[in-house]
Amino acid sequence: MLTYVAQRLTESALVLLIMSFVVYGLIGLMPGDPIDIMVSSDPNMTPQDAARLRALYGLDRPIVERYLNWLGAALQGDFGYSRLHARPVLEVLLPRLGNTVLLMGLAFLLAFALALPAGVYAALRPRGVGDTAINLFAFAGISLPPFWLAILLIILFAVALGWLPAGGMAPSGAGLGVQVQYLLLPIATLTLATIGGILRFVRAATMEALRQDYVRTARAKGLSERQVVFGHVLRNAMIPVVTILALNFGALFSGALITETMFGYLGMGKAIYDAILGNDFNLALIGLLLATLTTLLANLAADLCYTWLDPRISFR
Amino acid sequence: MVMRLAALFGALILGWAGPTAIGLDGSRAAELRIGITQFPSTLNPLIDSMLAKSYVLAMTRRPLTAYDQDWQLICMLCTELPTLENGLAVPETLADGEQGSAVTYQIHPEATWGDGAPVTSADAVFTWEVGRHPKTGVSDIEAFRRILSVEVVDDRTFTLHLDRITFDYNAFGLELLPAHIERARFEADPAAYRNRTAFDTEPANPGLAFGPYKVVELVSGSHIVLARNGTWWGAKPAFDRITVRVIENTAALEANLLSGAIDMIAGELGVTIDQALAFEKRHGARYDISYKPGLIYEHLDLNLDNPILADKRVRKALILALDREAVSERLFAGRQPVAHTSVSPLDWVHDPETPTYAYRPEAAKALLDEAGWTRIEDGIRHNAAGERLTLELMTTAGNRSRELVEQVLQSMWREVGIEVRIRNEPARVFFGETVTKRKFTGAAMFAWLSSPENTPRSTLRSDQVPSADNAWAGQNYTGFRNAEMDALIDAIEVELDRPKRKALWARLQRLYAEELPVIPLYWRANAYVLPKWLTGLRPTGHQGTTTLWIEEWQDGR
Repeated sequence: MLTYVAQRLTESALVLLIMSFVVYGLIGLMPGDPIDIMVSSDPNMTPQDAARLRALYGLDRPIVERYLNWLGAALQGDFGYSRLHARPVLEVLLPRLGNTVLLMGLAFLLAFALALPAGVYAALRPRGVGDTAINLFAFAGISLPPFWLAILLIILFAVALGWLPAGGMAPSGAGLGVQVQYLLLPIATLTLATIGGILRFVRAATMEALRQDYVRTARAKGLSERQVVFGHVLRNAMIPVVTILALNFGALFSGALITETMFGYLGMGKAIYDAILGNDFNLALIGLLLATLTTLLANLAADLCYTWLDPRISFR
Repeated sequence: MVMRLAALFGALILGWAGPTAIGLDGSRAAELRIGITQFPSTLNPLIDSMLAKSYVLAMTRRPLTAYDQDWQLICMLCTELPTLENGLAVPETLADGEQGSAVTYQIHPEATWGDGAPVTSADAVFTWEVGRHPKTGVSDIEAFRRILSVEVVDDRTFTLHLDRITFDYNAFGLELLPAHIERARFEADPAAYRNRTAFDTEPANPGLAFGPYKVVELVSGSHIVLARNGTWWGAKPAFDRITVRVIENTAALEANLLSGAIDMIAGELGVTIDQALAFEKRHGARYDISYKPGLIYEHLDLNLDNPILADKRVRKALILALDREAVSERLFAGRQPVAHTSVSPLDWVHDPETPTYAYRPEAAKALLDEAGWTRIEDGIRHNAAGERLTLELMTTAGNRSRELVEQVLQSMWREVGIEVRIRNEPARVFFGETVTKRKFTGAAMFAWLSSPENTPRSTLRSDQVPSADNAWAGQNYTGFRNAEMDALIDAIEVELDRPKRKALWARLQRLYAEELPVIPLYWRANAYVLPKWLTGLRPTGHQGTTTLWIEEWQDGR
């Protein structure tokens, strides 16, 4: 098992290295550079200004040379400065990472906690009233665009009722209650947007498990329905669900761009998006690599979970 | 039971803090909360040029000079505007025999940084040193290179020795840096200065401000809180605190205003005109909504290397086929007036006698016939060689106003037999590649933001056409080459006599209208959404933000 984990971690490091080059290259290949954008908005900037600034920011050098310089510095722990925020990259990203983990983590847990019982319930009573209602809810969640849902929630709870803030971050030093108030609408938006997919997956996996021979055998042995569901069905149904959850786990760290934008929430999604559009190489790279790293680690964790869920699975 | 629990949870959460703590109470006196859509990447006045930065900094400091709301050049930090007439500006001969100038400014005697240090000539010298240093990352270094030296006359008086004498010799909107805070950071490593400046590492340092307000809190990407600055010498501002909140999505910005989380939406960086018009219909009774057309010039750059557009008759036909008054009226309720040249009617050099092009589709058809586009098949004109009269129209994808205008233009041109294919791109690609490298084949719709009496050197002079040979420098994207225009631009810049200069400007505008390298569309307006209790805010219409006069804003609550 330890050998397997070490091997996977080595593979992950290699993937990260390749990803860093690919991401750096892709951002570098995008049309224009930050100086082009400055020139287009400032008619007073002369060609000499543009050339000087390109040289100053290293934008006049080949992209491979720029990448190798960045990599060398990054390996020594220097991730550079964010051009858009005029601060060290980690100083910008770490608070946002915390915000994103809090927002996405709570939304993820809530969605899973609601989707799991609802999905199992729907699978146990297919085509019944409950199943139909749950499916309707799931499809509504999948179909509603998050930006529209966010606006609806803002209009209802912030504008019409005035119960919750329309967006932004809780003031520094605010108490837990205030922080919860600022989180409620973004969490509700994200939960409603993600619950549908998980719910449908749990329902399908549970229905598939219910059709298996071991379930029939368990029932034939005289086990109660509760024992059949919790002891046999759920455990087996969880294997594909864990895979999906692991894949979604990367989003915990890459953020939710639309929700963050609508609510003015300072998370990773908006930071990475702005960094890519603003040619903030250092910030975009570290943000995307963090998302890649967490996805890789989550998948490793999911693989380890399989052995716990299904003892027949082993690592070689 | 479930409902009861939910109600209990809700009551617990909502009762925890009370509305004031979370900013739901819109009636807090002496605080103003402003919503804008962009966060400044830096607060250093010399590094990067961003409207959001100018908006915030105008509350914490003042430039040496600025254009006021009536477009007159005034002193803000200085005591008297230097002119040739009052002797504070004098021509001087340089060592190389060329004509230069010496311009003397006196800093306001009460100007004091927020930490008590006086604003002095040493700050002016330091600012010049930083501004002209090639490694500091100052965007507009050429403006500083024009200053050959800064002579300190006394603690509050200094003279700028300039390498030439131009009509705008005294319009130096120099933004002073506090030498007592920044000099050590700069001298330690000029190349690292942009990352070490106190404006970004210690934005709440009171020594960075000498205006009516100082920054007391900055949360990057979220908000900036300003409080009254005790060292400000001018009129006492009405608000104890000002919070500038950044909400990039304009729909969310509106919702925040309606919920009371912000008090106003800045016109400079707020909702678009169509959003403001829709908002006014729904909520006009609750807010004062004003529109100020200014120096944002929406136009179509025509690629004159395209053989079709190289023909002046076709260019004239294009503009005559457009009912721009109808576009302005129907799409923007007349709030964005039609532009006839690149010079704003609010600018003193604007010439009302400049030829204009009213909607005359029959005249457009006649010109197209004359240009050889006579044969019509499927409603589209063809020439004798069988070529279709087809043009490509491009703009920034996702900009609703521009996309609407595009569709109207397309249908109007179709009426006279011109086929237009719309091909839009994200702003990043459009400005980063297509426009700057002249890859648009027909017309490109975008806007220029300029300042009062801004000579169009970079956009109209022949040597400013971007090409691979000059590393795509310059902004003459149309490829317009006209010797008379070049001479006019050169002459305007050095003509100090106002009537003579105005005559040169009149000829420039006439030439622009005759040659039509660009099709003027309209002057974009800023929409200010203000609470009814806020008075004294006067939009400028130029690049100077309304916050330069924040102390005139009054709280009527």
